[in-house]
Amino acid sequence: MKNVVSKKVEEMQPSGIRVFFDLVLGMKDVISLGVGEPDFVTPWQIREAGIFSLEQGFTSYTSNKGLYKLRLGITRYLKNRYGLEYCPDEEILITVGVSEGLDLACRAILNPNDKVLIPLPCYVSYGPMVELAGGIPVYIDIQKCHFKINPSVLEKHIDKDTKAIILNYPSNPLGVSYTKKELEALKKVILKHKLLCITDEVYGDLTYDFEHTPFPTLAGAKPNTVYLNGFSKGYAMTGWRIGYACGPKEVIGAMTKIHQYTIMCVSITSQMAACEAMHSGKKSVEEMKREYKRRREFVVTELNRLGLTCHKPEGAFYAFPSIRATGLSSMDFSQRLLKEEKVAVVPGTAFGKPGEGYIRISYASSIDNLKEALRRIEHFLTIHRRKHGRAR
Amino acid sequence: MDEILEILEKDGRARIEDIAKMTRKKPQDVRKAIEKYKKAGIILKYKAVINKELARDSEARVRALIEVNIIPQKDLGFDKIAERIYSFPEVSSCYLVSGTYDLLLIVEGKDLNTVARFVAEKLAPLENVRGTATHFLLKKYKEDGVILKHKEENKRIAISY
Repeated sequence: MKNVVSKKVEEMQPSGIRVFFDLVLGMKDVISLGVGEPDFVTPWQIREAGIFSLEQGFTSYTSNKGLYKLRLGITRYLKNRYGLEYCPDEEILITVGVSEGLDLACRAILNPNDKVLIPLPCYVSYGPMVELAGGIPVYIDIQKCHFKINPSVLEKHIDKDTKAIILNYPSNPLGVSYTKKELEALKKVILKHKLLCITDEVYGDLTYDFEHTPFPTLAGAKPNTVYLNGFSKGYAMTGWRIGYACGPKEVIGAMTKIHQYTIMCVSITSQMAACEAMHSGKKSVEEMKREYKRRREFVVTELNRLGLTCHKPEGAFYAFPSIRATGLSSMDFSQRLLKEEKVAVVPGTAFGKPGEGYIRISYASSIDNLKEALRRIEHFLTIHRRKHGRAR
Repeated sequence: MDEILEILEKDGRARIEDIAKMTRKKPQDVRKAIEKYKKAGIILKYKAVINKELARDSEARVRALIEVNIIPQKDLGFDKIAERIYSFPEVSSCYLVSGTYDLLLIVEGKDLNTVARFVAEKLAPLENVRGTATHFLLKKYKEDGVILKHKEENKRIAISY
């Protein structure tokens, strides 16, 4: 059989660092700072709710949109926390993580060759999702503007075919987030050009230095926004695969149409557990957030001391230090660090070309692990500086 | 609770330099704060949480929870008699509680007999003690927030986006 794989998929860029990942997975005794998920397990009361639901025999399908109880819980939470009002019947859909929400949003809104703006470096799936949905990703290099997109850079990339923009804050891999003021400025441009904003705010609960501002809470932004969030990061529920999308009812309706054919509904166990997360998870989230914040201070202080200059991440659990001082490429640095010191990090280029010269360090790891990893990185740097010096 | 205390409560061996980095404070300020907490009796001591079942060479000890009913003394209430009781080295913890009895003790001894003798010979005969009920502890699952199990394996995949 020839041409088994569709042209579109065949043309998709495979992740350039797959080989590197395989290398890590084959090694033992590695300290990994390359993990994109919390090191906490899901808080017990949430796990217990999942177990209890199984004992009670909740093993069936739910409505396509998700359990009403959960949709109600989430909309109430958004109202209490941010003053953000969505109708639990028509303006919210429970999804298999934010990933599904993003895929659905792209497929629901894009016509062939519609353009979608994506600030880069960004999470790995945004470009491929847009392409699979038939759109054209337009990448905006934000390395030069301190990894934050600003209104003038944004406006330069908009043309008549631009349909939407994907925002992600706090950002994976950058750790940067946006203040309300910064978002207001971006909103003006987005509304002026009548773009749709798909906003991935799954790290919203992990914002350290200021209050997180969901994009749809900005005056006038709600009708133009698909708000994506989930339980993975804040509640340490990555493996449960559960998130949600909120937005105007025509968009959520369209997304629900695709969802009912492809997914039917999210696992009922995960939905029941998520209900408990909405009910009682706040305290656990706050505790984990405090712990992440301490690790952030520790890691950022140390990285800067070692000469791997690093802006202070405002959210999520990633630092994105520059490794330019070593003269190595991101991939070289990561591979050698792994082989020589058994510390795994993710090369910045995994998140797009503008990530060259940077690495992503996840501080979702115990202080003891972080300390040991940083000690090894220091050793690594000493040796490579010496080598570098000799070469000169 | 102050962040420094929160860190020390989880790890009593956290180094001052590391605490300083974690809290964005100067090391000398952290040191001063800790000294202050010690003086004020807020930090009492640092100790390791030991899983004695695994510490083979330490002599096995039994522990018992003992409920004590007492007759409070005029003017002194429960405090005086509590002091008489908690001063025994066998008593490792002592709480005044609400409910059907007054004091809850945790008593340690090298075997069942030792603890039984302590109750029969020292505790029960005290003038203001009306009665006791002794519960020997059979197995310890969790202590001071620490679950006593072998270290859990890492369940996360080593690298992910």
